[in-house]
Amino acid sequence: MSTLHAKKAREFLKEPAKITHHDQTFWGMRMARDKMVSQIPEWEELREKASAIKRHTISHLSDYLEEFSSNLKKNGVHVLWAKDAEEFNQMVLKILTDHQVKKIVKSKSMLTEECGMNDFLMSKGIDVVETDLGERILQLMHLKPAHIVVPAIHITRQQVAHTFEADGISPEKGNDDPTYLTRCARNSLRSEFLEAGAGMTGCNFGVAKTGDVVVCTNEGNADMATSMPKLHIAAMGLEKVIPDYESLAFFQRLLCRSATGQPTTTYTSHFRKPRPGGEMYVILVDNGRSDFIANPDHWETLKCIRCGACMNTCPVYRRSMGYSYSFFIPGPIGIDLGMLKDPKANSGNISACSLCLSCDDVCPVHVNPGSQIYLWRQQLEHFGTANSEKKLMSWGMSWVYRNYSIYNMALKVAPLLNYVPKSIIGNSKMNPWCVGHLMPEFVRKPFHVLEKDLEKEYEKKSKIEP
Amino acid sequence: MKVGLFIPCYVDALYPQVGVATSKLLHYLGVDVTYPPKQTCCGQPMANAGFERMSRPLVEKFEKVFKDFDYVVIPSVSCSAFIRFNYPKILSNCTVSEKVYDVVEFLHDILRVTALPGKFPHVVSVHNSCHGVRELGLSSPTELSGPRFNKIVDLLNLVSGITVKEPERSDECCGFGGMFAVEEPDVSKRMGEDKLADHIATGAEYITGPDCSCLMHLQGIAQKEHKNIKFKHVVEILAAGL
Repeated sequence: MSTLHAKKAREFLKEPAKITHHDQTFWGMRMARDKMVSQIPEWEELREKASAIKRHTISHLSDYLEEFSSNLKKNGVHVLWAKDAEEFNQMVLKILTDHQVKKIVKSKSMLTEECGMNDFLMSKGIDVVETDLGERILQLMHLKPAHIVVPAIHITRQQVAHTFEADGISPEKGNDDPTYLTRCARNSLRSEFLEAGAGMTGCNFGVAKTGDVVVCTNEGNADMATSMPKLHIAAMGLEKVIPDYESLAFFQRLLCRSATGQPTTTYTSHFRKPRPGGEMYVILVDNGRSDFIANPDHWETLKCIRCGACMNTCPVYRRSMGYSYSFFIPGPIGIDLGMLKDPKANSGNISACSLCLSCDDVCPVHVNPGSQIYLWRQQLEHFGTANSEKKLMSWGMSWVYRNYSIYNMALKVAPLLNYVPKSIIGNSKMNPWCVGHLMPEFVRKPFHVLEKDLEKEYEKKSKIEP
Repeated sequence: MKVGLFIPCYVDALYPQVGVATSKLLHYLGVDVTYPPKQTCCGQPMANAGFERMSRPLVEKFEKVFKDFDYVVIPSVSCSAFIRFNYPKILSNCTVSEKVYDVVEFLHDILRVTALPGKFPHVVSVHNSCHGVRELGLSSPTELSGPRFNKIVDLLNLVSGITVKEPERSDECCGFGGMFAVEEPDVSKRMGEDKLADHIATGAEYITGPDCSCLMHLQGIAQKEHKNIKFKHVVEILAAGL
């Protein structure tokens, strides 16, 4: 009955101390977020408003995208439209080839992860250098992000020290002091920035009215990547467009508070036009998004601003880690986005939710990721990915509960289960309940039997005290 | 005011004392309470597992059995929340969804109980079940801004001699989640162990909550790992001495 997620989670849970560390780290982020929330009395109104802005923009997407692209063009920016990952990758390659670029530095972008851009470009002989520290560590370790905001938080400083030594970034053997290691990364990245022929950024918000590409980072690496090379390529999902600065203000207040519990990111950069003597490209990527809008139950998933708050609060994510999910975005929103993208491939994540709905309450734009998971569960039969044992169990329960005489009979014989030896009923392979639990005891007299005695008792009392 | 009592299937079979306590307390408070025969399950387990269509006959049955009552009272927050929020989506002409109350909210919001007769001279740690917090609003969800309250704590404090505590991470999920517990047994177990540790750290003798399913999960783990802590549904404590 275990799903793909459950099986992978089981492996990670074999190292309980790591899970404790992972859980506490992300719970710490949730606490930092709560502290920020408590300082803003109008927090819930901000969430409502931000959700309304996203609903409006997504339901008028073509208008805002046209406005955005025409303003970009007015500012001298090249605008390209990629229908899918492959077209996006080819476009990036062509721009780089046309400009004879051999090395590109990039700031964090989950969209380029989604499109598998790095591997593609590297297979074509282009050197791609991640410049976000976490992403850089993962790139050197040949690993994928385990979280969308803090992608390498599961990596220890010892592992970082080891990796940096192996790659010649850290000269001092065995030095795993975080400040030292950060300085090493900084030194090494400086030369990458100087050598690169192009810089790539993602885009947190595209402001339609002004044509601004807004990028939020804590490390200033997006600014370095766009200040050194003359060529800037911004990769942007279609849903990132918002109407104007007034609406940006809502997201600006919500994003970083929800994500890491900081009032704002250290750098919020607006890229509006190419630098003097330089060129700027914005590639707007669909890759399924325009189809997602047509999904009546799930289109609001597109409101997501990728803050990661749902992961931080998710008790399942915190205890199963990012790599237990099959989609490149983990946690509640990753379950939903994975189902939108490829339900057959990602149905194995659907079990990773106890429906506690904490994610619904932290989401700054009311995507309601947990409630969305409930809805996806109802569709697994349609996709042909429903678990057959679970289906049989549900059918069996439904049948027993529909037929009272069977139910009554079942409760009469159920206490016999109390006498089945633990070695049989407690076999966790046969009975997954017993992985962690002892069986509860069935009573000889269920409530519906006791209730008859209660009635008599009440009647007697009412006769004595009328 | 005609009140129908719904005792969920697993409470009927495993925790009948919770049904008895609910019935006795309502009776003591002068409520005209009836337990309609042949009731079983609200349909939540199948729907949460992804088979809402299998819940439908049970939803229809529930509607038929309880439609003539003014209120339906249930000692289980997850069943109450399921009926209130999901029934209208499954059954278009559903009327019971608006009449359903978990026993805690019924006592707190409808009867507005301000005194209780019993004593419970023990330290208890309150388990705020997710659907009680985030769907029924028995307490203020820690994720949201706004005033803090907890209806369970308010009611428990009416019982003489009691000391009420809440664990760290007061409304984090315990990891039961219906079939989640058997589909993701390892994650579920770890969540339960963490929750149990937070409850035990309060120094409580009892863990008490508004949903027997969370308590069943925590108790199953506590027993397997020989943890010395007892469990009671909130209503059993509120009905102490009756």
